[in-house]
Amino acid sequence: MLMFWNGYALPTVIIVAQVVAIVVPLMLAVAYLTYAERKVLAAMQLRMGPNVVGWWGLLQPIADGLKLLTKETVIPSGANRLLFVAAPMLSFILALVAWAVIPFSAGMVLANINVGVLYLFAISSLGVYGIVVAGWASNSKYAFLGALRSAAQMVSYEVSIGFVIVTVIMCAGSMNLSKIVEAQKHVWFFIPLFPMFIVFFISGLAETNRTPFDLAEGESELVAGYFVEYSSMTFALFYLGEYANMILISAMTAVLFLGGWLPPIDIAPLNWIPGPVWFALKIAVGLFFFLWARATLPRYRYDQLMRLGWKVFLPFSLLWVALTAGVLVYGGLV
Amino acid sequence: MIVSALAFYVFAAVAVASGVMVISSRNPVHSVLFLILAFFNAAGLFVLLGAEFLAMILVIVYVGAVAVLFLFVVMMLDINFVALREGFMKYLPVGAAIGLVLLAELLLVVGAWSFAPRAKTVLDAPVPAFDQLSNAQALGRILYTDNLYLFQAAGLVLLVAMIGAIVLTLREREGVRRQNAGAQIARRREDVIEIRKLPAGGGGQ
Repeated sequence: MLMFWNGYALPTVIIVAQVVAIVVPLMLAVAYLTYAERKVLAAMQLRMGPNVVGWWGLLQPIADGLKLLTKETVIPSGANRLLFVAAPMLSFILALVAWAVIPFSAGMVLANINVGVLYLFAISSLGVYGIVVAGWASNSKYAFLGALRSAAQMVSYEVSIGFVIVTVIMCAGSMNLSKIVEAQKHVWFFIPLFPMFIVFFISGLAETNRTPFDLAEGESELVAGYFVEYSSMTFALFYLGEYANMILISAMTAVLFLGGWLPPIDIAPLNWIPGPVWFALKIAVGLFFFLWARATLPRYRYDQLMRLGWKVFLPFSLLWVALTAGVLVYGGLV
Repeated sequence: MIVSALAFYVFAAVAVASGVMVISSRNPVHSVLFLILAFFNAAGLFVLLGAEFLAMILVIVYVGAVAVLFLFVVMMLDINFVALREGFMKYLPVGAAIGLVLLAELLLVVGAWSFAPRAKTVLDAPVPAFDQLSNAQALGRILYTDNLYLFQAAGLVLLVAMIGAIVLTLREREGVRRQNAGAQIARRREDVIEIRKLPAGGGGQ
């Protein structure tokens, strides 16, 4: 009995506690990211933003969530019921499970696996299924067109994200996310790899279907794209998944390029601040750029989107992979 | 130990069951989704074997790219379920024959592998422990150091296949207006805008 407790039950309890400790702050962050988005957009458009519910509108996300919970879930009669309900769950679950390998500080990670980067890449490449299945199961032409656009878009940009990740792996010499962060002790990778940092950020915008690449939603032509038939909590799950993915891409940017939990310079007042705080700050900066892009940029046309992915980013990132490998070998850094 | 054995049986059973569902479900989209489930369980089996790199590559390449394209094509097909089942009995003998040939080939491969003269030496070669050499390093050594020429040859075969596919599907269409971003950016104000002073009442002359 004691062996069972020590061998299986106790680790399970600890892991569940760790998962809760990651997911609850993440959900709060998602809720307040929607608030931050509305406030930032409002400020950039010289408006007030939400300011009625709670102090400075701080309870607005809670009110929105409660409103969505009490609405009726409508399932269209021609829809494939099982897949229609499974699709939002899939998008939401995928947005959460990726956090298992994100290191919040030295040793502060749920699963410190050797192929952490590949795990993140695999999970983010699965995100397309939630959207495609939703579009197909809705049995609606707008949803279907949105889903097809999104499938093509995400597959295209994944290729260049893959090459960006390859350059980072080459510089760090490891696929373990904690080791990638530790490799940035002297210089954060966004300085030597600045062009790849830009490619990664823009591909991240495309991967999360955010402006200027939100063609999957395209509210002016596709009336909201793949989630046009969704209501209530099924819609809320898509929404939460999208925002959780934004936070995830920002976290990936912070880990791969901005030195994760490390302070900018390793001197006295800066390295007193604990690692998770630096990490959260870096994620917040990334998120601000996401919101800024939404307030500033018009939507890309579809052929321009494909041209940028395949004819600009792909050859450019391929060239940088070769260049980085050449510099590393020539400089004897590997 | 019990947990990993249990995990093995769950992954293996679900993989086989979803493999059966791929060929037996009536809706092709469901078939592709079951195929994805089968890929996932195969990845789980790889993880149990300690081959985490292969597991992740399996998910990235097959689930993240190949199956998306399958799903893409299958969803756009206009499927008539009645017509789909019509020729079932007619094609059954041919399908069974192909299946038998594949089974025979598999058995031959397994048989030849256990009797091949080199297999023994490969198996007996010292393998470093997992904590000394990571998956990716071990695979890299095999692909890029031991079998470099075969690897390059495989790359050439893929390149030829890719060029073949492009040549087969390339067509020049007349009257297509393409955007040339370089030409657009290179346009200068002086080339395209002319400002004239028009006399009042002159009628634009």
